[in-house]
Amino acid sequence: MRKLLIVVGVLLAVHVALLFVRPSGSAQAAAGTGSDRGVNVGLVLDIGGLGDKSFNDGAYRGAVRAEKELGAHIRLIEPGEESDRESGLRLLAAQHMDLVIGVGFIFTDDVTQLAKEYPNINFAVVDYAIATDKAGNPIPPPPNVAALKFKEEEGSFLVGALAALVSRSKKVGFVGGMDVPLIQKFEAGYKAGVRSVCPNCTVISQYAGVTPIAFRNPGKGKELALSQYQQGVDVIYHASGSTGLGVFEAARQTGKYAIGVDADQYSEAPGRVLTSMVKGVDVAVFDMVKRVRDKTFSGGIYTYGLAQNGVGYVYDEHNRALIPDSVRARVEQLKGEIIAGKIPVPSTR
Amino acid sequence: MRRTVEEALLPALVALLVAAVVGDVLILSFGQSPGSVYRLLIDGTWGNAYGFGQVLYKTTTLTFTGLAVAIGLRAGLFNIGAESQLAAGGFLAGLAGLMLPMGLPALATLPIYIVAAAAGGAIVGGIPGVLKARFGAHEVITTIMLNFIVLALLNYLTAAHLKVEGTLHTAEIHAGALPRLSSMIGAFRGSAANVVLFLALITAAAVAWFLFRTRRGFELRATGLQPAAAEYGGVNVGGVWWRTMALSGALAGIGGLNYVLGYKHYYEESFASGAGFLGIAVAIVGRNNPIGVVVAAFVFATMSQGGLAVNAVVPKQIVDVLQAVVIIAVAASVPEVRRLARARSAA
Amino acid sequence: MSSVESSASAPIAIRLSDIYKSFGPVNANRGASIQVARGEIHALVGENGAGKSTLMRILGGMYAPDAGKMEVNGRDVTGWTTAEAIDAGVGMVHQHFMLVPTLTVAENMMLGREPTSRGQLDSARVAREVTELSKRTGLAVHPQRKVADLSVGEAQRVEILKTLYRGAKILILDEPTAVLSPPEIDELWRVLRGMRERGETIVLITHKLDEVMEISDTITVMRHGQTIAQLTTTETTPAAIAKAMVGRDVQLATHYGETSSRSLELPSASLLEVRDLVVDGPRRASAVDGVGFSIAPGEILGIAGVEGNGQTELLEALAGLRPVRSGSTSVAGRDITALSVKSRGDAGLSHIPEDRHARGLVLDYTIAENLILGQQHRFTTGVRLDNDAIIDNARRQIDAFDIRPAVPSVPARALSGGNQQKIVIAREMSRGFQVLLAAQPTRGVDVGAIEFIHARLRETRNAGKAILLVSADLAEVLALSDRIAVMYGGKFAAVLNRRDASEEVLGPYMTGAEHAA
Repeated sequence: MRKLLIVVGVLLAVHVALLFVRPSGSAQAAAGTGSDRGVNVGLVLDIGGLGDKSFNDGAYRGAVRAEKELGAHIRLIEPGEESDRESGLRLLAAQHMDLVIGVGFIFTDDVTQLAKEYPNINFAVVDYAIATDKAGNPIPPPPNVAALKFKEEEGSFLVGALAALVSRSKKVGFVGGMDVPLIQKFEAGYKAGVRSVCPNCTVISQYAGVTPIAFRNPGKGKELALSQYQQGVDVIYHASGSTGLGVFEAARQTGKYAIGVDADQYSEAPGRVLTSMVKGVDVAVFDMVKRVRDKTFSGGIYTYGLAQNGVGYVYDEHNRALIPDSVRARVEQLKGEIIAGKIPVPSTR
Repeated sequence: MRRTVEEALLPALVALLVAAVVGDVLILSFGQSPGSVYRLLIDGTWGNAYGFGQVLYKTTTLTFTGLAVAIGLRAGLFNIGAESQLAAGGFLAGLAGLMLPMGLPALATLPIYIVAAAAGGAIVGGIPGVLKARFGAHEVITTIMLNFIVLALLNYLTAAHLKVEGTLHTAEIHAGALPRLSSMIGAFRGSAANVVLFLALITAAAVAWFLFRTRRGFELRATGLQPAAAEYGGVNVGGVWWRTMALSGALAGIGGLNYVLGYKHYYEESFASGAGFLGIAVAIVGRNNPIGVVVAAFVFATMSQGGLAVNAVVPKQIVDVLQAVVIIAVAASVPEVRRLARARSAA
Repeated sequence: MSSVESSASAPIAIRLSDIYKSFGPVNANRGASIQVARGEIHALVGENGAGKSTLMRILGGMYAPDAGKMEVNGRDVTGWTTAEAIDAGVGMVHQHFMLVPTLTVAENMMLGREPTSRGQLDSARVAREVTELSKRTGLAVHPQRKVADLSVGEAQRVEILKTLYRGAKILILDEPTAVLSPPEIDELWRVLRGMRERGETIVLITHKLDEVMEISDTITVMRHGQTIAQLTTTETTPAAIAKAMVGRDVQLATHYGETSSRSLELPSASLLEVRDLVVDGPRRASAVDGVGFSIAPGEILGIAGVEGNGQTELLEALAGLRPVRSGSTSVAGRDITALSVKSRGDAGLSHIPEDRHARGLVLDYTIAENLILGQQHRFTTGVRLDNDAIIDNARRQIDAFDIRPAVPSVPARALSGGNQQKIVIAREMSRGFQVLLAAQPTRGVDVGAIEFIHARLRETRNAGKAILLVSADLAEVLALSDRIAVMYGGKFAAVLNRRDASEEVLGPYMTGAEHAA
């Protein structure tokens, strides 16, 4: 027993001593909000947080850019469980942030509620889910909430055109995650893109399921992709979360092409990922911070399409070799026409 | 008596100190001052009413899952399924809420909700219990497997039949949602803490009474300590197994009320994330003693909420590491202390 | 065998002087001393709780003494560690075996010091060395057999071999015969004598006086943590040793043979009736293979036999702990074959199980709690346990059966073996019962407690109850029984009246050499 008490004593002494260590440069970070005029931005990621190579990383990238270019002060919170989302928002609201951003549609309810309690704080939600009233009319978000929406169909249109132009078999595929309107938007744009450059091309379109698990089922993704490749498809575009990992696996195995989604997914199957339809979460986050700094922020629905650089496709040193210059030129031309409003892009099938 | 107190407190003390020192080192490695980070942690948890409310909210769920695991361990059963039992309890409570007519007073509906939540957990917990009593299937394996099955099933039911479009949750419950603590103490404004906390404390007391004051509790503990001796003592060991697993599941299931009835007023997919597994740690650190479980739940809730509070300065994972260190340190120091105590009483 | 002279002239192997050791408030050793010459067999005797085991654990390096001096082979080794003790050739064989059941004998031997050749386990070498050692010592065990398949006696041989394999020259055996049958005991004595001839030193912790007289050269008697006497075996008597152990005169086994006069009368309607019982064992089908008998009021039926011949399965089946394939059992005329353990208790069956550590006690429960185990439903009001009644009951039993310490709230684990057994006996004898199943009632119990337990069993018999006694100790069976059955291969090989039985008569039945119709 005496030995144990000695252990307790030693630990206590070490701990107390360490409490007073102050590494240089630690003070201002701990002090939180700075004294200069920079905008204070709170960012609440979703569970899973940093390192998802998609939404959360994108939002963080935008915040870091705002920190560098706009002098914003960023506070980041990564929730550990469901109730932490609201808690994180509240912690930030209580610290009088100028802007609090929730990354993901799951924040819709909490932010809508909180925005009423904190009318002087600006909020933004990536992919805010707009509810409808009984008549089917959209209910706008509260006046201090920005709903950040993306025209995924426009980006999907471009990768559809690109797929059709690269395809030799004139057969391209689509693998969706859960069969819901949000994902059908990707499918609709993609199909329209294919038709616009190749009216005779076939599009084989399949979904992995009707529950959220359909977004986390790589096995199913691989199965669907292999069967499509077998039917002669040589490019598949997926919009299916981690189910898409199975699509890439199938592409690696068969030597055919796949197209990534949300973020640049080239590294999932180098040489086999033709391009990725990227969602500019970083662009939207940066834009929000900028508006708050410039005092031009107001609540409402913000839509990010090709024109705002809110969606797009990847063309860089990795995949340049896979895309002929003529194809690139044609896709860029289509992009210009969409931005100019010459081509209407459908968002439902 | 003095020895019992020492035996109960010393491991926890050593564990917390080890965790604190490891935390110091980690914080320093991120170029921050341990003193100011810990202060931030305390400020964000016990230091303001909202933070404290959140700690209480988290304590509530963890108390239920901790009790569930603890009562299982008392009977020699390792219930790894508190996660899905919690979810099933919340699910059935949410379902009951959708069916109950609006406007019923909370006092009338609360028993219904408790029964529904307990039933959800008891079914999920009871299945491994029956499988063990009947066929000798090991409960660790079956509860782990059931976690996958039950969570997938609940997700499917929610997504395919019950959810409100554009969300992952069911429609809102209007019958007898429970008041938050903020309606009694204004300072808790915004915090999710609600009256299920009192239910948790009452349940902990009831479990303690059951374990140490009733014949069933006597037989349950005997089964956990020495099944052969319990069998000799006229105890139906298989019966104790399945009843305890069902009871364990029911305790975890009632925990679902905290989120469904007390906080959000609807069932939401994967609301349980992690609280069931953390219940194992709570039970171990709380030494399978209901009072210890409440204390341990409070400690883990503080760390969890504290993790958010210091998130802006150091990565949240530091707190995950600290939780793990506490668990390991307690697990390591319990046998050591018990050995010392036993050596003294041996002759 | 001239041990007196040899111990006087041979160099001293062990000398512990004035050892003090306390655990909190308990003073286990209070100035204990022991001196053992090289090449002798030394018996360390004393009642349970006298401090024998503590003293030997200090010698083995498991505890450090609070005060006192330790010398081994003339070297001061006060407060050494277990590793140092093993290096110096001091090896301990514990009462509870420390073997891994799923490994083979050879694998158990090499655990902790695995020999390798070119990075690989050299199991062939171990097997060879074990066989050699086995031959040299006469401890016959096949190195490739799994420990789980060994009998208790064989497992003990492995323990001893393991200790010798690690180079022990001084061997400490803690109550080695507690688990052995008479032939196995003889075998052990042969091995120990062989070791003595090779100059190895042996300390035997025991409280069985016949063993002390048979095997030892010198004796140390301990009581209450102190050394009471150092004796030379050839110069003392069992009565003198017993007196030194207990501190007063003791009724000894010499009075065995007195049986109840009742047994000579014609038995009235039997209390326990067993017919054609067939029971499957854990490893063997029909471990009990068609056993039938009845016991009259006021009768003790003793079952003798080498362990593992179905006695355990028979008792478990009668107690309701093991399913029966066929046959029937009735208590006081009521068929209990299909009843649960609890209902059997209510029907008048009481059971002292053979293994008090696994079955008879919940070691972490208190004395009071253990005193109601199996009768918890009688100490319940509503769903609540009646604490006052439990404590009351404990006070009464502690008093009546002299359980020490006399504190109801002490966990059973903290008690000596004899006092633990007294809890079991007190509990089983205080419930209303007609039939008592008593399995190994005095195993691992000290002389004073044996005397006490035997007296209680006789009292119970004389009060008109039926007792089925199973014991590996043939002397005990002979001392208590009115009739004696010998069990061999799952059957009763013979059933004899006490006056027709003796060790010589029973021996051949026990080894299967003779069968009775």
